[in-house]
Amino acid sequence: MALEREFCKWSFCSKPAVETVETDLLLVGGGMACCGAAVEAAVWAKQAGLKVTLVDKAALDRSGAVAMGLSAINTYIGPENKVADYVNMVRTDLMGIIREDLVYSLGAHVDQTVHDFQDWGLPIWQKDAENHTVDGQAARDEGLPLLKDGGKCVRSGRWQCMINGESYKVIVAEAAKNALGMENIHERVFIVKLLTDKNDPNRVCGAVGFSVREHKTWVFKCKAMIVACGGVVNVFRPRSVGEGQGRAWYPVWNAGSTYAMPAEIGAKMVLMENRFVPARFKDGYGPVGAWFLFFKAQATNAYGEDYMAKNWEQVKKEYPGYADNPGTCLRNHAAMMEMRAGRGPIMMHTDKAMKALAEVLSKKELKHLEAEAWEDFLDMSISAASLWASYNMEPDKVPSEIIPSEPYLLGSHAGCAGLWVSGPEKGYMGAPDSWFWGYDRMTTVQGLFTAGDGVGASGHKFSSGSHVEGRMAAKGAIAFILDHKNDKLEAAQNIDEVIADIYLPFEIYEKYKNYTSAPEINPNYLLPKQVQTRLQKLMDEYCAGCTPMYQTNKTMLEEGLKRLTLLKEDATRIAARDLHELMRAWEQYHRILAGEAHLRHILFREESRYPGYYYRADFLSIDDSKWKVFTISQYNKDTNEWKFETEPYKQLC
Amino acid sequence: MPSFVIVEKCDGCKALDKTACQYICPNDLMVLNAESKKAFNQEPDQCWECYNCVKICPQQAIEVRHYADIMPLGSSTYPMRGSDSIMWTIKFRDQKTTKRFKFPIRTTPEGSIDIMKGKSAPNLADIKKSGLYTGPARKE
Repeated sequence: MALEREFCKWSFCSKPAVETVETDLLLVGGGMACCGAAVEAAVWAKQAGLKVTLVDKAALDRSGAVAMGLSAINTYIGPENKVADYVNMVRTDLMGIIREDLVYSLGAHVDQTVHDFQDWGLPIWQKDAENHTVDGQAARDEGLPLLKDGGKCVRSGRWQCMINGESYKVIVAEAAKNALGMENIHERVFIVKLLTDKNDPNRVCGAVGFSVREHKTWVFKCKAMIVACGGVVNVFRPRSVGEGQGRAWYPVWNAGSTYAMPAEIGAKMVLMENRFVPARFKDGYGPVGAWFLFFKAQATNAYGEDYMAKNWEQVKKEYPGYADNPGTCLRNHAAMMEMRAGRGPIMMHTDKAMKALAEVLSKKELKHLEAEAWEDFLDMSISAASLWASYNMEPDKVPSEIIPSEPYLLGSHAGCAGLWVSGPEKGYMGAPDSWFWGYDRMTTVQGLFTAGDGVGASGHKFSSGSHVEGRMAAKGAIAFILDHKNDKLEAAQNIDEVIADIYLPFEIYEKYKNYTSAPEINPNYLLPKQVQTRLQKLMDEYCAGCTPMYQTNKTMLEEGLKRLTLLKEDATRIAARDLHELMRAWEQYHRILAGEAHLRHILFREESRYPGYYYRADFLSIDDSKWKVFTISQYNKDTNEWKFETEPYKQLC
Repeated sequence: MPSFVIVEKCDGCKALDKTACQYICPNDLMVLNAESKKAFNQEPDQCWECYNCVKICPQQAIEVRHYADIMPLGSSTYPMRGSDSIMWTIKFRDQKTTKRFKFPIRTTPEGSIDIMKGKSAPNLADIKKSGLYTGPARKE
């Protein structure tokens, strides 16, 4: 028996105050991408006499994926590299299917943003005249040239440069704040629904959300919008079972809003089957990049065997043409072969790496190196440092375990899920005409742009790339606004109904709360946390989470989809007891939609394109004859149906 | 729990215009109890242990007792964040091993960022061309 649909008639909860803001360009999100967008948009908007407004569900200083800080900038092309080689790296790592127009254009702009970071005060490690490494403050004190003036950064990998990045986000946020003015920034307002134009259902014209601090709805009306509020975390059951669930690798507050809100108004998504499964220091999720690349540490199975060396010939046989360079998912695959065979744990030999370095470095250099190793964690995953301390582990004395984590959906790191967007210009590098529809980084919905985790079929942008992509999207959006100056927009949706829908979880709770003696157990509703655990369990078990070792097949996916469909129905009965829980309610709703897109995409692509991220056990190989294509989906909210199509991949450089 | 507030030290930021931890938490976890005027972490299993509440607390009233399902008790990791550097003190569970590190965090004064410094305003006619207001796209 289906439950009767509930409506908010304000019979049980009170109507919130409504504040309406008219603007030209609305930025939804406060992380690297939207802070980049804020800076670039502010400059051009000033020339054009336009207004730019930013809305963030948290506080700009510490919102988004860089909230804790970072120990490296992972995308800096630098004078020694070619942009085309960056594109080659991204293509290899993402298993051959990327939008090279997007990746190349990002690579051609990203260094400017890194140079700005250094100008603004981000300490970037440098090499001094004797080629010694100095930290970012010493580089300034010693008067070394800035990177833009020929100064040399310290590479931990070909594209990475090390930073003292505790305050990375604070600095980037300050630039955005100073550019826009605090009067144009609304913090602690969570946008949950987008509005479309009455005369053109494929045109965005506003957004509605609520304050998580007071009983107030915010309605934003705009000509164009950039939605960039991160990827999706905790859509899968995490490895942790209690408090440790908060210790997600990616920020636990990334709830898939970037995908769900555009999808609900019909924006097309691409490669949503892709995911990222980071292999990280177990439980604390400390970064491994510096240990592999900078300290040259080796990882082995339980018997001290280097699993990469041991399994690579096999990997090459399984995935011919894709294993010539070890991409991220295939490195995972090589480790998973050991784990599936019962030869775990995978150990990172930090101790051996440090001993080897001790033989060639002076005492002072070694002391510095120890600080660098700890800073790598303290700048971006403090718990991982605490994990060493709590187990009395010194990384120069004992090895540490690494493990592939639960899956994450994102478009900025070593993953490429996201929205299908326009390229930078017609025929860019010989791109097909179907990759350009007027404005850089515009989704298939007119006036709706995205960046960072939002842009699919690219990847390896990381913090700097997301920031610069926000800047590029901002230019695209301003250009769109100037071309559509005289458009008269009016929301197709009834705003009062949208607001009633947003506060429905309050109405449901108040209506039913006295039926049972314990508010957590009530047959009339589910609390957000209960919805989340159900979603996590079904995604894990049926959609290739870590419990089934990242494996699934058609039957499993269809079973999962049945459960997901019922969960989606139940999600119309989420109850919330306060504003914090109302935020959680809508976060879960966004997670469900993002999770559904992921599951349906995996069902659609009948091959295993990303071994080590997930396996279609019924189609274990990579099938280029059929699947070297972009998979594109479109959700129709009115009919609750999904349409799939494919677009051929084309190599441009 | 993961971040916790020491009752004796928390003064509810009564002298400030906002409760610092409640203002900064990226996941909306820190709340000021209206009656006791003490802050607390309302959803410990959604805490990223990002330490932003710890770093911002003017009374040093917030610390972290790490995830109960993962970490043994007894160690501590504590930052002192200034305007240009951060000092970390890490004490191991054995109560013998202590590590101290100081790292720079910023090379310019707080609040000093001017995005137009040394840059000129772009020409609106170039809005559809590649490049940013800070310069043209790289050509190879």
